[in-house]
Amino acid sequence: MAEKFDVIVVGAGPAGNAAAYALAKAGLSVLQLERGETPGTKNVQGAILYAHALEKIVPDFREHAPLERHIVEQRMWLMDEGRAVTGMTYRDEGFSTPPHNRYTIIRARFDRWFSEQVKEAGAMVICETTVTGLLKDKNGRVTGVQTERSGGDIHADAVILADGVNSLVGQRAGLRPEIKAEHAALAVKEMLFLPKETVEARFGIGHGQGVVIEIAGRITHGMLGTGFLYTNKDSLAIGIGCMLSDMRREKLTPYQLLEGLKRHPAVKPLIEGAEMKEYSAHLIPEGGYKALPQLFGDGWMIVGDSAGFVNAVHREGSNLAMASGRLAAETLIELRAAGRPFSAANLGRYQGKLDESFVMKDLKKYATVPDFLHGHPHVLNTYPTLLNHAAREMLTVDGSDKRTKQGRIFAELKEKRSLLGLLGDAYRFWRAFK
Amino acid sequence: MNAPVELPAINVEEKLFQNRYRVDAGRPHIRVIDPAVCGRCDPKPCVVCCPAGCWRIEEDGAIDLVVDGCLECGTCRIVCEPKNVDWNYPRGGFGILFKFG
Repeated sequence: MAEKFDVIVVGAGPAGNAAAYALAKAGLSVLQLERGETPGTKNVQGAILYAHALEKIVPDFREHAPLERHIVEQRMWLMDEGRAVTGMTYRDEGFSTPPHNRYTIIRARFDRWFSEQVKEAGAMVICETTVTGLLKDKNGRVTGVQTERSGGDIHADAVILADGVNSLVGQRAGLRPEIKAEHAALAVKEMLFLPKETVEARFGIGHGQGVVIEIAGRITHGMLGTGFLYTNKDSLAIGIGCMLSDMRREKLTPYQLLEGLKRHPAVKPLIEGAEMKEYSAHLIPEGGYKALPQLFGDGWMIVGDSAGFVNAVHREGSNLAMASGRLAAETLIELRAAGRPFSAANLGRYQGKLDESFVMKDLKKYATVPDFLHGHPHVLNTYPTLLNHAAREMLTVDGSDKRTKQGRIFAELKEKRSLLGLLGDAYRFWRAFK
Repeated sequence: MNAPVELPAINVEEKLFQNRYRVDAGRPHIRVIDPAVCGRCDPKPCVVCCPAGCWRIEEDGAIDLVVDGCLECGTCRIVCEPKNVDWNYPRGGFGILFKFG
């Protein structure tokens, strides 16, 4: 391919699609390369779509995007290993009033749709092509990409790396380091199919409405991680993820953990009789602000999961991906309009735009959370268990007086965690999340 | 009353059977760099962590890697402390093809 493009975007996930769409809409010549058979065939997410990030890119997306259900109810479950659950529910009919704020989506379908918008906007999208490296000139400026195809070098004024959590392209070009086991969560997921009416009856929801369940506690067997159960139109997405550093230590396979969640008595009746049609796995970059790599350089920028833009506390990633893709595109569009080159100094604007957006503000807010949770794993283990035991004690009416029961609860609390430990946890928890 | 819950043994191949793959026969995208390093490795975290069960320990203790069911997550590359895994994306269009993702 002798042609030279204004921009090459590597990858067709939410970050790459957001960038390619915005660039093509603004009239820049864009080539987007995707290694999957079609966009979405290599991508995995729960998946929740946050409308605001997509609205800023495709304002009328609700009219044609493949959306599953709009979320009206969020449950937060604290589970033990296989017996009890406690938690809280927030349900709000206001969430049913359009425009809806969050939807469940099925990524293979959603990504294909998003990619159609990118093509309509004028970008050239080539699938089944793996980018193997970056081209650089003698000054180290990125000038294009290498692909596995013969004569596969393609040149551009800028390259946007949206190649996902593993970002082999970025790593091999020396633009970012390898992700550490302490900063990566491995999530496994199954797609379980049930008739639409069954989904709605089991979750107590009406037509088009959806429920999100986020799960923490001993269900991860002491590892730092969470589970989830999301309602789609005629399927449920169930999954569980834990930090790789913990999984390596605990010697439990990811599919055993998922089976434990599926067999938990709070989950089992919800998924009973469903047909499993796909089993997937994916890494989530959860290192947060402190693990972010350099985000731009001479002729390149990095966006989405490849940059590590995930807010693990709020289970957000694809919205940060789309926002960062859009901001990278806007940076290039403004520079081109001003007739300025895509040099490292000029691309620093991208960092500035990120700093001013929710992407960096949220990542900075929770910058110490990963360290806190690694240092205090009992926060996600001991406390949910204690809470479940306290609920059991108080809800079992057996002739013991309530003060005695209260005494038992405090005795267990003190046995598991000293008073000083408790106060320390509370203080450090507040410091990390404030 | 609160005995630890034993997690069941799971045949992950039954799960993988539901997935769609286009296997690049004869061109595995993941390779062990030096089998001797795997032989000395203890506790072989790739075997436990791989969500597709691609890494197994043979009777003689050697590592057996079959990438046909790989979900392309990257876990084995990251958990391998001696960095003995040569991990690449499959050629374009090959490997796992998620129907839902």
